[in-house]
Parts: sequence; C-alpha cells; structure tokens
Amino acid sequence: MDLKDKLVSSFLAFENNVDVDHPVHDIRSEAIKNFELRGFPNKKQEAWKYTSLNALKKIDFSIFPKQINALEYKDVKRYFLHEIDTYKIVFIDGVYSSFLSETTHDGVDICLMSAALSKPMYKQIIDVYFNKVASKEESLTTLNTAFSKEGAYIYIPKNKVPKKPIEILHFATGNEASLLLQPRNLIIAEENAELQIIERHQSLTSNEILTNAVTEIFAAKNAIVDYYKVQNDLKNASLIDNTYISQKNNSTVKVHTFSFGGKLTRNNLNYYQNGEYIDSTMKGVTILGEKQHVDHHTLVHHREPNCESHQDYKGIYGEKSVGVFNGKIIVDKIAQKTNAFQQNNNILISDKATINTKPQLEIFADDVKCSHGCTIGQLDEEALFYLQTRGIPKKEAAALLMYAFANNVLESVRIPELKMRINRLIANKLGVQLGFDL
Amino acid sequence: MAYTEEELKKELETKEYEYGFYTDIESDTFPKGLNEEIVIAISKKKEEPEWMTSWRLEAFRAWKEMIEPEWANIHYKKPDFQDISYYSAPNKKPKYDSLDEVDPELLDTFKRLGISLDEQKKLAGVAVDIVMDSVSVATTFKKTLAEKGIIFCSISEAIKEHPELVKKHLGTVVPQKDNFYAALNSAVFSDGSFCYIPKGVRCPMELSTYFRINQAGTGQFERTLVVADEGSYVSYLEGCTAPSRDENQLHAAVVELIALDNAEIKYSTVQNWFPGDKEGKGGVYNFVTKRGLCEKNAKISWTQVETGSAITWKYPSCVLKGDNSIGEFYSIAVTNNFQQADTGTKMVHLGKNTKSTIISKGISAGKSQNSYRGLVQVNSRAKNARNFSQCDSLLMGNDCGAHTFPYIEVKNKTAQIEHEATTSKIGEDQIFYCNQRGIETEKAIALIVNGFSKEVLNKLPMEFAVEAQKLLEISLEGSVG
Repeated sequence: MDLKDKLVSSFLAFENNVDVDHPVHDIRSEAIKNFELRGFPNKKQEAWKYTSLNALKKIDFSIFPKQINALEYKDVKRYFLHEIDTYKIVFIDGVYSSFLSETTHDGVDICLMSAALSKPMYKQIIDVYFNKVASKEESLTTLNTAFSKEGAYIYIPKNKVPKKPIEILHFATGNEASLLLQPRNLIIAEENAELQIIERHQSLTSNEILTNAVTEIFAAKNAIVDYYKVQNDLKNASLIDNTYISQKNNSTVKVHTFSFGGKLTRNNLNYYQNGEYIDSTMKGVTILGEKQHVDHHTLVHHREPNCESHQDYKGIYGEKSVGVFNGKIIVDKIAQKTNAFQQNNNILISDKATINTKPQLEIFADDVKCSHGCTIGQLDEEALFYLQTRGIPKKEAAALLMYAFANNVLESVRIPELKMRINRLIANKLGVQLGFDL
Repeated sequence: MAYTEEELKKELETKEYEYGFYTDIESDTFPKGLNEEIVIAISKKKEEPEWMTSWRLEAFRAWKEMIEPEWANIHYKKPDFQDISYYSAPNKKPKYDSLDEVDPELLDTFKRLGISLDEQKKLAGVAVDIVMDSVSVATTFKKTLAEKGIIFCSISEAIKEHPELVKKHLGTVVPQKDNFYAALNSAVFSDGSFCYIPKGVRCPMELSTYFRINQAGTGQFERTLVVADEGSYVSYLEGCTAPSRDENQLHAAVVELIALDNAEIKYSTVQNWFPGDKEGKGGVYNFVTKRGLCEKNAKISWTQVETGSAITWKYPSCVLKGDNSIGEFYSIAVTNNFQQADTGTKMVHLGKNTKSTIISKGISAGKSQNSYRGLVQVNSRAKNARNFSQCDSLLMGNDCGAHTFPYIEVKNKTAQIEHEATTSKIGEDQIFYCNQRGIETEKAIALIVNGFSKEVLNKLPMEFAVEAQKLLEISLEGSVG
C-alpha cells in the first residue's frame, strides 16, 4: 500500500484515540480530506521542483509507535544545551517524556499540545489560534493537521518573559524499523512578551525516520520571539519542517536555522505580517556533505506598510550534497515603505555538489526598497595561500575561511552557550580543531 | 508651473498608440483553422520541397499532443487556435525589382512609420528585408552582401535556393518539439529571414528586418535563422510595430542563432507591437522562442527593448556549448496600462571557461505586471563558468507590479555566479536634486529613467538607438515615480 493510502486509512484508527467531539477534530477531518485530494507534492509542482519525496514515499513508515520507550538522561545529555538551565519539552518517538522534561505553568504555560487540546481552560486559546496561520492547502501541512495531537504548547501572557530559554527535543529511538513523526507546536507570545526557543530533532539509530512537523507562532504587539532550529541529525533521518508565523505591530520574530545533518531536510518558513513596523528575520547556515539534501523555502508576505524583513542564508556544499534555496518576498499594494532584504551566498567545495537557488520577488507597491543578492563561488585562492604562508595548514585555513563566511549569521545568536555549541558543530562538520571559539 | 503626477498620468493615458493604422491591401488569406491540410497547403503555397513539408507535419503532430504552458506569470484569454487564419500574403505579388514597383499604399505605410525605404537604403547603410504580413516584398542591398558571399534572404527563398544550409541548421537550436509555441511555429511558419555569413567574413552593414502584423485575424509566425560560420561577425536588427486592432493577435516567432567557432552574433530587437488600449482591450500576444548556440570562442549577444504587446512571453537564451564562449543578454522591458510581460533569459553553461552577463531593466507603470524570469545553469563539466546577473525594476505608480524569478542551478564548484536584483521607485530626493539644479520634474524623470536604462540602450547599434529611444519615449517620459 502506498504511503498516502496508508495515512488516509490510518486516520480511522487515529480517531479512536482522540476526542472526536472537540472542535479541533472538525479541523482534522477537513485536513485529511484535503490531503486525500492533494496527496504528496511532486516535482512537477513549482515549489518542489528541486526536492523529490519519491524515495521517502517508498518506505513503509509506522504511523503510531507500538511501544513507549524511555531514555536515560546521561545517554542523551549531549543533545541538550546542558551548560545552562532551560525549560525542556521532550518527546521520545513522538510520546511526551515527563522524566526528561521540565515544564511550567508559573505565569507562563510551557507544556504539551495534548494537554492544551484536552483541558477546557485552554479551549478559548485553541479556538482563537489553532490552525489559524498554518496553510489549509499545502498538502504536508494538512497531513500534519489531520494527525495533530502532540507537540509543544507555549503561551506567554502579556508583559511576561519566561525565566529561561525553552528547549523542544524530539528523540527517535529506532525501536520501529521506520517511523513517521508528526509533532504539532503552537507558540503564542502576547503583547510585550519575549521568549527564546531551541528546537532539535534527533534520531538515535540508523533506522529511517521521517518527521513532518508544523509550528505555528503568533507574535502580538511588541512581542519578541527568537527561534533556533538545530538540524544535525543522523543520515537516515529526514525532516519536513513547516513553520508559520503571524506577526502584529512592532513585533520581532527571528528564526535561525542551522542545517548540518539529516538525509533530506525541507524547511518551509512562512512569515505573514499582519501589522505595521514589524521586523521579520530569518538566517541560516547550511553545511552539507555526503548525499545530504537541504531545501530552504522561505516566504515573507508583506501585507502592511512600514515593515522590514531580512534574510541571510549561507551554504557550504561538499561531496554529493544538494542545496536548494527558494526565497519568496511578496509585497502587497498597501505595504508601502517596505524594506525587504534577501541574501543567499553559497560555496561549492566539491564537483559533485549541486546548488539550486531561486530568490524571488513579487512586488505590487511602488514605494519600497527590495533587493536580493545571490552568489555562488569558491574559497578565495589568495586568502588560502596567505593563511598557508602564515603556517596554517590548508585544511584549517579553508575551515577558517568558511567560519568567517558563516559568521555574520552566528553573530545574531543571542544565547552565548548556543553559539559555542554551533561553533563546535561547524568545526566538527568541517573536520577541524581550531582551538578557539569565534 | 509644476508638472504634477496627475497631469503626467493623464497625459500618459491619453497618449494613443502612435503607429495604429491599418493598410488596406488585398490579401490572399487562408480559411481559419489548423489541420494537416492547412500545414500541407502552406508548404505547397511556399513551393517547398518535400522534406520541408514532412518537417512541418512532424512539428504539427507533436504540437497536437502538447498543452499550452501555464507557468508564466501572465493572465490572458487563451487564443482559440482554430479561429486563426494561418496564412496571409499581400496579393499584388510577387517580387519587385525596384521600390517603384511596390504598392504605393504599402510604401505609404512605411513612410508613416518613419522608415522610408529609400532613405534607409542611402543613409543608414541598412539592408532591409521587409516582411509585410508574411511574405517578403522587398529585399535591398542584396548585391553588396552577395559580393561578400553573405546570404540574406527570406527563409522560404532559402529553403528553395540553399536547402543544404537550411536542412543542416533548421531546428538544431530550437527543435520542433521544444515547446508549445515553437512547435506551432515549426508547423505553420509562413516566412522570416535567413542569414548566412561565410567563414571569416565580417558583415559590412547592420542587417535588419521589420515585422508588421497587418491583416486582421492572421497570426504572424516568423522563423529566423542566422548562421555565422567560423570567425565571422554579424549584427542583426529586428524591429516591430503593429497597427491597432481590437481583437488579440497572436505572434509566435522562433529565432535560431548559430555561432560557429570564433564567430560573433549581435542580435538586437526593438519590439513595439500594439499593446492594447488604456482599458487593456486588444493588443498583440507575443510568444517568442529565441535561442542561440555558441561553439568554441563564439559570442552571442541579445539586446532587446520591449515596449509593446499586451502579453510578452519571451526568453532569448544562449547555449554556451563551446569552450570560452560568451553569452550576453541586455534587456529593457517597459509595461504600461494593462500590459503583462514575462521575459528574461536562459544561460546554459556547458563548455569550459564560459561567461555570461545578464542585465535586465524592468519598468512598470499603470496597471501593468512586469516579470523577469531567468535561468543560469552550470553543468558539471563547465569548469570556470562565470555569470553576472543584475535585474533592476522601477515601479511607477501604485497599481503595477514587478516580479523576479531567477533560477540558478550550479553543479560545478569552480563556477562563480553573482546575482543581484533591486526594486525601487524614483526617489523624491533624486527629483528634488534635479529641480534644485533647474531641471523640471518631467525632464528629471526622463533623465533618471534614461540613466536607469542606459546600460542597455548603450548596447544598441547607433541606427537603432535613436528609434529605441523614440519608442521608449511614450512609456517612459510620461510616467512618474
């Protein structure tokens, strides 16, 4: 049976385990119909021109894990940002692990989607926000919506700031031969609220894992959201990460995506500006090797005047890796005085690597400043030579230059420990020891 | 007295298409519709050899299986391909020995367009192969060219007189089945130009062709083939104006350029088909396939000024097959009122040390939509490929749109690709600066817009630059940022 049919028929089994009388279930039923109609995207669709899901569709994924698995903290400690204290929402094979997590209801709600969906006290918020910004047409998003049940639920009320950053971790133990995970996150920052989130998907075995995640973020007036996505998964783990962001006046939402691992990674990052004086920032560093494939798809929809958006994606592609960048900026007629900036720089370090990039502008307003730049090149031979004359071996010299190349993305990371961690991941990925941190 | 934005807008809107008139010449027109008989009939009418007829039929059969492309960022009512007459030739045929024999009414048309033949013959040194509707009615300067061994004639003549050359090259750059419109063109093309420059010859003059759409309801399917043999050079000009018509007219041309080793082809276009009136009624649909093939050390340079057509769908491309070959694309696309343009280029790097440059300037005014769509592709064996692309858009007014869809696909680590795009309007400070220096607003805008497009205008040959500026005038000078 093909994966689509399997998913559609599993929906009936899924219904046995959820509250079908909850209003959210109507949304799910609608979504599965939509998915059934559209199916998986294929390469003929413009948005999937450079990324094929065919190989993944052939895998017989388990949709519900058969057993509940536990992990020892010491075994997975290294995947946490353990140098600092954080709130933690941890899932093992899609199931919440209270043992590894640290949630709170003290002034702010940092807890579970399943709790928010079942407890009456959250109903009002769920009614207002759930599935309101996520696409009702994009097939993979509707697939996630149909099976939405578990994930992180974060609600920061007006004028509150959580005491520490929040980590969302998804572990896959590999007890199933192949597993499909569909976490659903809802993050709401009310007026003047501020929060930092670090998200990571980590597979612990070489079994096939496919994660189809959807995150909805709502930033109210003056809210500040910092979201860090660390993607350094094992080589049989694939991730389709759909993020939908709705912003109100004067809010700032920054998403940093660090893609170093995984088999196939697709990041769909969608910003909708529903107010004025908004700042939307997305940055990314991608370093790939082997046969890895990363596809960054960004959309910034400027719907109101006087807003800004900044995009800065750097990519280093080695071996047989494939990188895709498709950045789309839409400026509505009403969105005058928009300032939209987009940059995509790439270095190819192997003859077998491929980069496909499509920075796209669609502009309907005249008083705007929109620009995009895109480059593909190599390391500067002269700079390499200069460093070698100073006694730095070629490999380290190349790594240094690549560090420098990626550095202005790292500069805006506001958690120092995370920045150190990313630096180490980069050094590791480049296979060098530099003996210092940038 | 200050020149306000409102006044400019008004002036712009009321400016009617200057070249909109209709010449009444008896035409030999085929019944509407398209089937194999029509294709055969066209071929017969042109007295073509059999291989050409079967080549057309092959294209027609492929076309029948194809679907109209819908990916472009344009919206229009699809033409009914069975409601078009596929052949129309001015009746008072066939060949003229001198201009005196040409229908005086026809000559008058050209006079009104400001391209008096005799004047051009003498002054500009331009050999003009005039295509009125579909048949060549006058060819000049043939003699001078013949002395150098240059063949410059209509494609139907070439099929008859130089079959070996046509057979060898036709469809090698744009195959019959390349795309929907190319297939349609291959099946029904009525005429066009053929040009062959022999080895090592530098064409002594700019070659040019003027296209007109004249007969109501007849599509124009031009086919142009330019072959520059080893070490030769040619500069080819093409310009179009079309009379006002209310119903949409279809134009689906194919242009193939072949630059053999060390050859250089410079192909310039000024396009001013009828863009439709200010309500967006009428106008020409322009679906063109243009592509050039560069062999070793060859260079192809496309320059285009697009001011007309209701719909423009056009991507002059270069296939950089040979090592060290160079492709260039310089474009100004101006859209006003309800015009829609989806234009750009493809640079396909196959050989080593290939270089390409793309400079695209889009200017949108009124309620128009202007898109740049480009592809830069570096093949895995194309070592040291170099590309520089720049696409700038200028928006005038609040109802228009500017879009960029650049595709960059690189499979070689030695490639160096730069792409830059900006969108902006004319800055108030720029206008203020000019005002302050005593330059009135309208002139200031013209100045700024001219500066904006200068990089491309500069690439046009002298003879054409004047006309190009004249054509731009209508759309450019009257608009306000």
